[in-house]
Amino acid sequence: MSPNAYVLLGAVLFGIGAAGLLIRRSPLVMFMCIELMLNAVNVTFVAFSKMLNDVGGQVVVFFVLVVAAAEVVVGLGIIVAVMRRRSGISADDLSLMKG
Amino acid sequence: MFATLLQATGAGDKLVTPEVPWSHLAPQLILVVGATVGVIAAAALRGRLRRSVGAVGAAVVAGAAIVSIIPLWHRVSNPAQGPISAVNGAIGVDRFSLFVTALLCAAVILASFTAEAYLQREGLDGPEFSLLLLLAAAGGSVMAGANDLIVMFIGIEVLSLAVYVLAAMHARRISSQESGLKYFLLGGFASAFLLYGIALTYGATGTTSLLRVQSFLAERVLTDDGLLLGGLALMLVGFAFKVGAVPFHMWTPDVYQGAPSPVTGFMAAAVKTAAFAGMLRVFVVGFASYADLWRPVVGALAIASLVVGAVMSVVQTNVKRMLAYSSIAHAGFVLLGVDAASAEGTAASLFYLAAYTAMALGTFAVVTVVGGSGDGAHTLDAYRGLGRRRPGLALAMSLFLLAQAGTPVTIGFLAKLGVIRAAIDADQWALAIVAMLTAVISTFMYLRIVVAMYFAESESESDDRGELRIPWGVGVTIGVAVIATLVLGVVPGPLEHLSDDALPVLVAVDGR
Repeated sequence: MSPNAYVLLGAVLFGIGAAGLLIRRSPLVMFMCIELMLNAVNVTFVAFSKMLNDVGGQVVVFFVLVVAAAEVVVGLGIIVAVMRRRSGISADDLSLMKG
Repeated sequence: MFATLLQATGAGDKLVTPEVPWSHLAPQLILVVGATVGVIAAAALRGRLRRSVGAVGAAVVAGAAIVSIIPLWHRVSNPAQGPISAVNGAIGVDRFSLFVTALLCAAVILASFTAEAYLQREGLDGPEFSLLLLLAAAGGSVMAGANDLIVMFIGIEVLSLAVYVLAAMHARRISSQESGLKYFLLGGFASAFLLYGIALTYGATGTTSLLRVQSFLAERVLTDDGLLLGGLALMLVGFAFKVGAVPFHMWTPDVYQGAPSPVTGFMAAAVKTAAFAGMLRVFVVGFASYADLWRPVVGALAIASLVVGAVMSVVQTNVKRMLAYSSIAHAGFVLLGVDAASAEGTAASLFYLAAYTAMALGTFAVVTVVGGSGDGAHTLDAYRGLGRRRPGLALAMSLFLLAQAGTPVTIGFLAKLGVIRAAIDADQWALAIVAMLTAVISTFMYLRIVVAMYFAESESESDDRGELRIPWGVGVTIGVAVIATLVLGVVPGPLEHLSDDALPVLVAVDGR
């Protein structure tokens, strides 16, 4: 496959992630969608790096991976803290504040 | 930057690592090392010492960072030496990044004083609170200095991750955790957009270095710039979310309402400042040659933020939500300066951010006190009769609110004047007129709070809520904010001088 196809793959994955975040209501699945979006960006970076013949894009992937890992630590912590208070919560239940 | 590095290894040579000029990165290093040492010290200590290590430690570290900025500022201002480009062009040290870093450190000091009193009242045990403020400031400082889009992304994430935790910090208030979760999910969403925008920009220009993007775009005309435009649009979405500009503002009222009040103040002041610093550097400097394309979009964001922020704030009954919408309107004002895409506009934006930092931290310090034990009394009713119960507190709050409305003799007036002048100089008459009209609408909302404090009769006499205590930490914050709001409103010269000098520049890596 040409690198172009991988750029497209990245765009499709990013779109799936974005759509999933807007449609799904479980905080955990929404969080997984964010991870999917970040990894779609990784695919895009590697594809561009291949097209441009420049390793810079591949190095960026490592930075993104580290950031994604840090996000998991913080995100899961917050999700677990909320879940412990109110089990089986969905994003629609997070409606304490409105107006 | 990475390409040259790795080619060196591929050729069988010794890996040449970029030289790190530690002394030039002193502010960021002090913040990060200070936070790390603070966390370790907090783990080893017990009792009262443990809690005070947070607030006092954070204030000392942030103060040290400000002190370390002074020699750097002189070094960078010296025409013979000029701005510095460090770590192989990844991060720049210029007066812009130093100005923003100093502003962030000042916000940390004031917010940690408020937080100390807040933690004590809520019975929360956590030096982590203030230490996370330090990490957030370090992230913001990296954003302000980033000369590479990936460094910008890492800065924004360091800042955001710290603030996600801070928003969810109050373990017993479910609304605090809810606001943390909302902020985290939507913030992660926005970060992904920003990152995808960076990827598309990389695909279009072959580099993530802002300097090289700038020279790449200055040297040639792209026949097919679809990728680049997509990248620009996505990056704008990411930044617009972080500054809370309409239509990417949905999280702001909920998160501001739910987060602990001192954190809300820090978010309004520091997170906005850092995000605008990143935006100014990427768009006004890096993509200067595409200004004709992004300026109308930023202008539209500004108008939407001004109108929605002002109108929605009027219909709220919760003071924290009012202030959240007013912060959206303030973001609209700063966007006027960004939209001007000129040196004058940048200076006006920085001045506005400095002014808003003082006003927001002061306002939310008062909100912290009025919120009472449990941090729940934030309706307009809670402010009724405050002028009788606590005249000093009510006076300070009135001053902050009138300053935010843009009353003359306060810093808020000069800040608004600056950005509107920049917009007019850039021939953006429509923007300037919308800004002035919405300022009038916002004034109505600010006056509603003032009227409630002084003229509304509290239906039940003050005793039911008990005496409002003003702890010394909050007192210090309010005092400093009052002085900054008034003194800089009368004698703005020094701050204006600094913000005029603090223009972002991109410096070529020396010797390469």
